Amino acid sequence: MEYEAVIGLEVHVQLKTHSKMFCGCATAFGAEPNTLVCPVCLGYPGVLPVMNAEAVRKTILSGLMLGCEIARFSKWDRKNYFYPDMPKNYQISQYDLPLCKGGRVGKFGITRIHLEEDVAKSFHFAETSGVDFNRAGTPLMEIVSEPDMRSPEDAFAYLTALKEVLIGGGVSDCDMEKGQLRCDANVSVRPVGEKKFGEKVEIKNMNSISGVRRALAYEIQRQIAAVKRGETIVQETRRWDDDTSVTSVMRTKEHAHDYRYFPEPDLMPVEVSAAWLAEIRRAVPELPEAKRRRFVAHYGLPEYDAEVLVADASVAAYYEQAAAGSKNPKAISNWVMTELLAKFAENTIAPAQLAELVAAIDAGQISGKQGKEVFAEMFATGKNAAVIIQEKGLAQLSDAGALEGLVDQALAANPKSVADFKAGNAAAINFLKGQVIKLSKGKANPQLAGEILARKLQG
Amino acid sequence: MPEDKGQFDVAYVAHLARLQLTDAEMTQFSAQLQNILAYVTKLNELDVSNVEPTAHAVPLTNVLRKDEARPSIERERVLANAPESARELFIMPKIVE
Ligand SMILES: [Zn+2]
Repeated sequence: MEYEAVIGLEVHVQLKTHSKMFCGCATAFGAEPNTLVCPVCLGYPGVLPVMNAEAVRKTILSGLMLGCEIARFSKWDRKNYFYPDMPKNYQISQYDLPLCKGGRVGKFGITRIHLEEDVAKSFHFAETSGVDFNRAGTPLMEIVSEPDMRSPEDAFAYLTALKEVLIGGGVSDCDMEKGQLRCDANVSVRPVGEKKFGEKVEIKNMNSISGVRRALAYEIQRQIAAVKRGETIVQETRRWDDDTSVTSVMRTKEHAHDYRYFPEPDLMPVEVSAAWLAEIRRAVPELPEAKRRRFVAHYGLPEYDAEVLVADASVAAYYEQAAAGSKNPKAISNWVMTELLAKFAENTIAPAQLAELVAAIDAGQISGKQGKEVFAEMFATGKNAAVIIQEKGLAQLSDAGALEGLVDQALAANPKSVADFKAGNAAAINFLKGQVIKLSKGKANPQLAGEILARKLQG
Repeated sequence: MPEDKGQFDVAYVAHLARLQLTDAEMTQFSAQLQNILAYVTKLNELDVSNVEPTAHAVPLTNVLRKDEARPSIERERVLANAPESARELFIMPKIVE
C-alpha cells in the first residue's frame, strides 16, 4: 500500500521591536544574562503588563501580507503551565480571538496568527539548570498552518516563502540561528486516498529550514515503516536531534499539557479600527507573488524568469535597475540568470554595466559570442564593456561606409559567385558574406554585411 | 484525567495547580467546590443567547504604549531575589523533559 504524509507547521517569529511585549525592557540578542529584565518580565506579583503598539501593528501587517482576515476585535488569554522559563506560571497569549485568521503562503493555507510573549532561555548543567530572562517577554508571533503539506519539500517551500515575506515586510529578521524563527511540525501518515487523518506526532527542536526538511523526511519514513509492520502510531511529541538525525519521544499523550486558558484580566482587548487598518495597509510592501506577475507583465518575461529573479529580493532589485532603461529586458534577464546568478555572491558588475553590455550587443557593436568574452573580462577586472571592447579591438564593423568598401572588394574578387547568384543560386550570397567577414578579420557585422551585399547584387 | 462537565476532579485540579492535598483535604475541598459549582451553575438559568460575550469587565480597548526601550534594573538587584544564582543565571533543580 502507498502512504502519504500530512504536515502542518507552527512557526514562532520574534518581532523586530525595540522593547518587549508588555514592558519597556530592550529586546536584544546576545546581551549579558539577566540584564534586560524588570519586575514585569520577571513575573513579580502585582505588576501590570502594558501592550507594545508596534508589536500589534507588525502582527497585523504580517496578516495583511499573508492575506489573512484581520480581527476587528481581539483579546488576550492566560495559558497556564509550570515551567521555569515562565515565572508567572502562565504565558500571555491569544486563545479564541487571535489578531489574524485564514491567509495563505503560496498554495498552503494559514489557520491563524496570534501574538504572545516569548519565554526565558534555560541552560542545563550536570546537577542544575540556569535561566536567563532576557528573552522572556519578547513579542512573539505564532503562525499556524493548515495541514496542507504533503512532503518535506512542501514544508521547505512554505518556510522559505514565509520567511521571504516576513523579512520583506520588515516584521522580523527571521534568523533561525538566533532563534528569531522557530518551527514545530505536526506530521501524520495515511494510505493514499484515505480522507481521515492519521494520529499526529509533533516534532520539536528543529534549528534550520533544512533541519525541518531532514526531520520530516526521517519521521515520515519512521511512521510509514511502523504502520507497515502493523504498529499503531500514537499521539506524542518527539524531539529532533540534528547530530544523530533521528527523532525520539519527548512526551506522550498522557503527559500532554492542559493549559486551562482563561481571559487575561490585566489587559484590555484590542480593537482594530478601519482607519488603523488602512494606515497599516499602506505599509504593505510589494509581495513576491505580485512582483512575479509585474515582471511578466511589465518586462515581458516568461514565468520562469520572473520566478528565478524574484526568488532573491536583491537579485530582483538588481534586475530592475539594469532593465529600467533597457530596450531588451529579456536579454538582461538571460544574462542575470545564466551568467550573473552563479557569481552573484561575489558580484562586481554593477547593474548599469550589465545594461551597457546588452546595449552594445543589441547595437551590433559586438556579437553575442563576443559578449560572453567581454562579460568574463568585466567580471574579472570591473571595467566597463565599452573599455574592454575598445582594448580588445572587438568592436564589430557596423560602419556602413567601411563595410561597402569590403563588399566591393569581395564582389570584385569572386566574379563566379556573383554570376551564380544572378543565375538564381541564392545560396551564393552566403559564400560572399563569408568573404566579407574574412576581409574584415571577423569584425564585420554579419547582418549588415548581408544587407549591403543583397542591395549591391540586386541593384 | 480531565473531569467531565459539571464534575470536579479535585485530585486532577490540585495536580494542575501543583498542590499536595491530604485525603481529608481532598474530601473537604471536593464538597466545597461542588457547592461553589452548583451555585455558579445558577447562571445557566439565564437566557444569554442574544448577549455578546464580554472579553473584559471594563469597557476599554487599545491600552497601548509606544515601542520605546527604557533601562532595565540592575542585575545584582535581580539576582538578589533568586533562591540561588551562579554564572549570572537563576539556578534551580535540573529541568528534565
Ligand atoms: Zn521587563
